[in-house]
Amino acid sequence: MRTVLRDTWIVFLHGTRIALRQKAGIAFGVLQPLLYLVLFGPLFATIGTWETLVPGLLVQVALLSAGMAGFGVVFDVRSGVLERLRVTPAPRVSLLLGRVLSSSLTLLIQSVTLVAVGYGFGLRARPFGVLAALALMTLLGVGLAALSNAIALNLAPELFAPVVSTAVVPLILLSGAFLPMSMAPGWLDALSRVTPFRHVLEAVRDLFAGRYLTWTVAAGVAVALLLSAVCVTAGTRVFSRDAA
Amino acid sequence: MIKTSGLCKTFPGGVTAVRGVDLAVEAGEIVGFLGPNGAGKTTTMRMLTTLLRPSGGTATVAGHDLLADPRAVRRRIGHVSQGGAVSPAVPVRDDLLLHAMLYGMRAAPARERIGKVLERLGLTGLEARPGAALSGGQRRRFDLAFGLVHGPSLLFLDEPTTGLDPQSRAGLWEHVRDLRERDGLTVFLTTHYLDEADALADRLFVIDRGVIVAEGTPAELKGGSASLDEAFLAITGLSPGEGAPSAETSGGSSSRRGAAR
Ligand SMILES: Nc1ncnc2c1ncn2[C@@H]1O[C@H](COP(=O)(O)OP(=O)(O)O)[C@@H](O)[C@H]1O
Ligand SMILES: [Mg+2]
Repeated sequence: MRTVLRDTWIVFLHGTRIALRQKAGIAFGVLQPLLYLVLFGPLFATIGTWETLVPGLLVQVALLSAGMAGFGVVFDVRSGVLERLRVTPAPRVSLLLGRVLSSSLTLLIQSVTLVAVGYGFGLRARPFGVLAALALMTLLGVGLAALSNAIALNLAPELFAPVVSTAVVPLILLSGAFLPMSMAPGWLDALSRVTPFRHVLEAVRDLFAGRYLTWTVAAGVAVALLLSAVCVTAGTRVFSRDAA
Repeated sequence: MIKTSGLCKTFPGGVTAVRGVDLAVEAGEIVGFLGPNGAGKTTTMRMLTTLLRPSGGTATVAGHDLLADPRAVRRRIGHVSQGGAVSPAVPVRDDLLLHAMLYGMRAAPARERIGKVLERLGLTGLEARPGAALSGGQRRRFDLAFGLVHGPSLLFLDEPTTGLDPQSRAGLWEHVRDLRERDGLTVFLTTHYLDEADALADRLFVIDRGVIVAEGTPAELKGGSASLDEAFLAITGLSPGEGAPSAETSGGSSSRRGAAR
């Protein structure tokens, strides 16, 4: 167990050092949601509220940033780096989790940026609620990044980017990022409930509004925890496997 | 140091790359694993380094059972893969530090050890560069540094000099010899170059189409032949399925050279 924690920490620090050096990469990851905030937000605010939109953009950045985390592993397979790591005695879960946590830290930086700009435009959310929401999004980022790594190691390298970027769009729409899903017709509402991101998103909206102890928050936290546990377990199996 | 029995590997797609390999390597030896392209050298080596799960057979590597205790094996071996493992975008120093620390070293001793290994391989001063800013020969020596940084007792080298210019090849041979002389390292290396096997190895195993077809010192394998080239042609010509060689086995420059005589 001590080895797992230590090696996870070492891989995390290494990944973070590399990620922080590539500031352009972090900026580009949050650029698209920021553009929504700036170019769509003022329009949206005439019929809705910033407190509805910003949580949606947080889910969007999570899917775009942590969801694409597997890209790094595609490169590491090609350059032989992953195989080099796999001949070390490091626990396989550490090789995955260290990476995933550093992707999740990148997401946290991007999420903070988004919320800060949102405040500038007129977002009014409870500070404690915002902190709790950022923690929840970081947890979701762990699950998403692990899932993305697992997908990357199961797809032909040239398929990863098209497959994941195509999957991201319906997932954002189904989460109700731009309009609450309660306004949707029955079938669309039902479909969106099947995706994990809707539950996390609604929890974030509750947290922003200062409603901390609701079933919605509980459901969002439970879904994020479950997703992370399942995806880290699956990802670790993929990292342990033969031909990775 | 290495003992295998009936090691074999069939890939999920159905290709049987290795069909029952028996090897024995003693401590302190440099053993060459010689064979044409596609013979199953890399597949065998990836099994011995815990990267691939054998479909059958058993092996003890560096004193530990390959299947029962892969982590103990990993702790004691170094591996330089055929394709190399230097990240193009990350300063090699950072990757080396991560690598050493994953073997349980603390940061300060790890840095010291890295400095020593790089000095010995003539790489001092290049460590701040990313892989993309290194020459082929430099990159190959950094690959070697990754394999050595934790002080293994057994080193696996998969085609260490393929694609290098003659000078870099000779330099790398010197480093390998020196590692055995000064550190008593056991080295298991694959190659499809006969001159490399002849120059470097105490003992050779020749593999063709997934089976060991000959074993002995370079002198023994030469037998009456004037060169290892001729002996090699004779050996692989006698192997099962003789006649038209498979597509993979005709690609090696060595067999082409042999056939031209
Ligand atoms: N991952 C894989 N899946 C299927 N077949 C493979 C795989 N890796 C290697 N092979 C096949 O196994 C055989 C032996 O390959 P390899 O061990 O790389 O040969 P060598 O290293 O001697 O050139 C070849 O026919 C090759 O095409
Ligand atoms: Mg090979």
